[in-house]
Amino acid sequence: MQTADTIKPCYPLFRDDTYKKVIADKRENWEEMHPKDKVAETFNWTTTLEYQDLNFKREALTVNPAKACQPLGSALCGVGFHKALVYIHGSQGCVAYFRTYFNRHFKEPFAIIADSMTEDAAVFGGQKNVHEGLANASKLYGAEMIVMSTTCIAEVIGDDLNAFINNAKNEGYIPKEFPVPFAHTPSFVGSHVTGWDNMEEGILRYFTLNHMENAQVGWNGKINIVPGFETYLGNFRVIKRYLKEMGVDYTYLSDPEEVLDTPADGEFRMYAGGTTIGEIKDAPNAHTTFLLQPLGLEKTKKYVEGTWNHEVPKLDIPMGVDGTDEFLMKVSEITGKPIPEAITKERGRLIDMMTDSHAWLHGKKMALYGDPDFTLGMTKFLLELGVEPTHIVCHNGSKRWEKAMKKMLESAPNGTSAKLYPGADLWHLRSLCFTDKPDFLIGNSYGKFIQRDTLHKGEDFEVPLIRLGFPIFDRHHLHRNTTLGYEGAMYILTTLVNAVLERLDDKTRLMGQTDYNYDLVR
Amino acid sequence: MAKLRQCAIYGKGGIGKSTTTQNLVAALAEAGKKVMIVGCDPKADSTRLILHSKAQTSVMQLAAEAGSVEDLELEDVMNIGFGGIKCVESGGPEPGVGCAGRGVITAINFLEEEGAYDEALDFVFYDVLGDVVCGGFAMPIRENKAQEIYIVCSGEMMAMYAANNIAKGIVKYANSGGVRLAGLICNSRKTDREDELIEALAARLGTQMIHFVPRDNAVQHAEIRRMTVIEYDPKHKQADEYRALARKIVDNKKFVIPTPLEMEQLEELLMEFGIMDAEDESIVGKTAAELAA
Repeated sequence: MQTADTIKPCYPLFRDDTYKKVIADKRENWEEMHPKDKVAETFNWTTTLEYQDLNFKREALTVNPAKACQPLGSALCGVGFHKALVYIHGSQGCVAYFRTYFNRHFKEPFAIIADSMTEDAAVFGGQKNVHEGLANASKLYGAEMIVMSTTCIAEVIGDDLNAFINNAKNEGYIPKEFPVPFAHTPSFVGSHVTGWDNMEEGILRYFTLNHMENAQVGWNGKINIVPGFETYLGNFRVIKRYLKEMGVDYTYLSDPEEVLDTPADGEFRMYAGGTTIGEIKDAPNAHTTFLLQPLGLEKTKKYVEGTWNHEVPKLDIPMGVDGTDEFLMKVSEITGKPIPEAITKERGRLIDMMTDSHAWLHGKKMALYGDPDFTLGMTKFLLELGVEPTHIVCHNGSKRWEKAMKKMLESAPNGTSAKLYPGADLWHLRSLCFTDKPDFLIGNSYGKFIQRDTLHKGEDFEVPLIRLGFPIFDRHHLHRNTTLGYEGAMYILTTLVNAVLERLDDKTRLMGQTDYNYDLVR
Repeated sequence: MAKLRQCAIYGKGGIGKSTTTQNLVAALAEAGKKVMIVGCDPKADSTRLILHSKAQTSVMQLAAEAGSVEDLELEDVMNIGFGGIKCVESGGPEPGVGCAGRGVITAINFLEEEGAYDEALDFVFYDVLGDVVCGGFAMPIRENKAQEIYIVCSGEMMAMYAANNIAKGIVKYANSGGVRLAGLICNSRKTDREDELIEALAARLGTQMIHFVPRDNAVQHAEIRRMTVIEYDPKHKQADEYRALARKIVDNKKFVIPTPLEMEQLEELLMEFGIMDAEDESIVGKTAAELAA
C-alpha cells in the first residue's frame, strides 16, 4: 500500500502483492479479456509474414505515425525569432498539445498562444477571434512581433489570415506597424516539416517581399543559415562554432537555441535570443542562403531563389563526414575563407574514432525512422561507418526523398540491402522488425514499443532502440547534444558503438555460463 | 506583356454563370487573349462548352484517386480547349458529405504551387458556385488572386437579392485588400424593364451594368452540342453580344468597393419597378376565415 512517508511511483508500487491482486481481479472480473492463449496466438500472428502482407495493404488507417502536424512545426520556427510570440489561430486543444510535446522534449516552458476557436467561430468564421486575440496578445506579452499560423478548423472553413490581420490593423485592434507575419498550416497536408517550411517562408516574405529594391546579393558579406525543423540544440551551436572559427559572419534564420535552453537563475525568460527583424530584413543582402535540411525546405528555397535571387547551394544535410565536408567546403568557396586547422583536426579525430570503433560496428544491421533529412543524413553516416542500414521508414518522405536515398544507397556496397518505406508508419516498421530482424533500431522515443513487443516474443527477437531523433521524451537532455558536423558525428558514433557494447554485455553477463566474452577491455 | 488579370464570376445558382463565362472566355480567346478558366464548383461543369466534354476530371477527383494532391502533376488536371483556353476544375464531394469549400482552397493552392499562373496568360476566370457561402468559396478573391469581380444577374427578384449579398461579401475583402467589384452582367430573362432595373441596381451598388446579354435560343442550340455560340455559330448575332461583353471587360476601368443595399432599400427598388407589391401589414398572420369576416 502507498504510505505518506515512503511514496512509491507505479513501479515498484504495482509489484506489491495488494496491487498485483487488484490488477488481476480487474482483469478477471471487469475487462472481459480473451483467454490468455488466444491473446498469445493473436500476438504471434501479428509477428508473421502473412500479417505483414496484410499490414502493408492498409489504405485508410495510420497506426503509430512517425510524424506530427504542420502547426507544430510552425511553432518551433516561430520561437526562433527575437521577441516573437507564436500565435496559432484555431483550437486550443491543438496548441496545448504542441506545448506539451515540446515541454516533454526540451524540458523547458514553451510559451505559445491560441485564439481558441469554438463552435460559433467555426460557423461565422474566425475573424473575431483574430481581432480580439491580436489586441490582447499584443498588449499582454511584450512581444515585438506575433507569428501566426493555423490549425485544421480554421483551414477547413477557409479563414483568410491576410485579410483578417489587415482588417485588425485597419480597425485599430493592433497598431498598423505591428508586424504579424503569417502562414497557412493545414494539419491535413504534409507534416511538421512542411509547417516549419511554410512558417519560415511566411516570415521571410513578410519582412522582405516589398523591400527588395535596395537589396544586393553579397553586400553584407554574410551567409544565411536556415536550420529547418531542428531539435538538437547542439546543432545550432556547432554550426555557429564552425562559422566563427572560419571567420564567417552569418545570420541564423530562426534560432531557438537560447529560448529552449534558459538557465534556472530566478528569472523567467519568455523570450531569449532569436533572429531579429533587422537581421531578417538584411538577409537578402547575404552571399547566399544555406538550407541545412533541404528536403524539408522546398517553399523557403523557392522564395529565397525567386525573390532574393540567391543561388542556394545544392547540398545535403551536413551529417557525417562527407555531408560536413561538403558543407564546410561550400562555405569556404562562397566566402573565400579557408577552413582552419582546428576544424581539420576535429575531422581527423572523428576519422580516428571511426577506425577505433570500426570492428564493433562493421556489418551491424540497423533499421531507422524519422524525418526526410534526418534519415538521409543518418543513412549516409551509417554507410560511412560500415553499418548495414536495413529498413528505412520515413512517414513524411516524398518521391524526392526516395530518389535521393536510392542514389546514395546504390553508391555504397553496404547500402544494397536497405529498403525504403516512404509513407509507412511505426506499425509497418514493427512488422519488419519481426520478419527481418535488425540488430538495432534508430529513432525517437516511440520506438520503445517496438522494443517491448519484440522482447515479448522472446529475448532472441528483441530489437533494442537507440534514441536519436525527435521527440525524445523518456530520456533526459539528449536534445542538448549534437548530430551535425564532425562533432555531431562523434556523438552519433559514440551512441551507436556503446549501444552495441551495452548489448554485448547484456548477453554475456551470466556467471560461468555466458561470461566467456564479458571483457573489461573492448 | 500586359499584367495578368484575374476575374471571379459570382451569381445566383442557375443564372447562367458558367454559360456566360465560357462564351465570354471564348470571345476573349477568339480575340487572341490567353485565358485560363478555373471552375470552383463541385458540379465541375464550368469548362464543358470549351472542352466539348460532359464534365472535366477535377483536381479533387484525381487527388482522391492518387491518394493526395501532392501526387498530382499540373498536366494531369489541366486540359486545353477551344482557342487554346486552359481549363481546370476544382471539383469536390458528392452532395451531403465533406467540404466543397476546402476543395476549392486545395485546388487553387495546387495550381499556384505547380506554376499554373504562367506569365503568358492575359486572363484567369474563376467560375464560382452560387453564392459566397463560406471561406472556401471566397478563396478566389483573396489577396493576390482575383482582383475583379463580375456578378451575373437578371431582373428576377432572387437574382438581385443574391447579387446584393455577394456585394456584401466583397466589401469584407475589399476593405483589407485590392479586390473590387467590376460590374454586373445582366443575363436577360426577358422580365419587364430589365435593363433599367439592373442599371438602377448597379448604380445603387456603386458599379455599372457592364453588358446586357439578351436571351437567345442560339445559346441553347450551342449548349446541346457542348459548344459556345462563338464556336458553334460565330456569325450569329448572339456571338457578337459576347464579343461586345469581352471588349468591355478588356477596356473596363471601373473597379469599386461596392455599397450594398439594406434589405428594405432593395425591396423599395423592386417595388419601384413593380416586381414586388407593397406589403399590406393588415393581412399578415390572418387566416382566410378571419379575412372574410
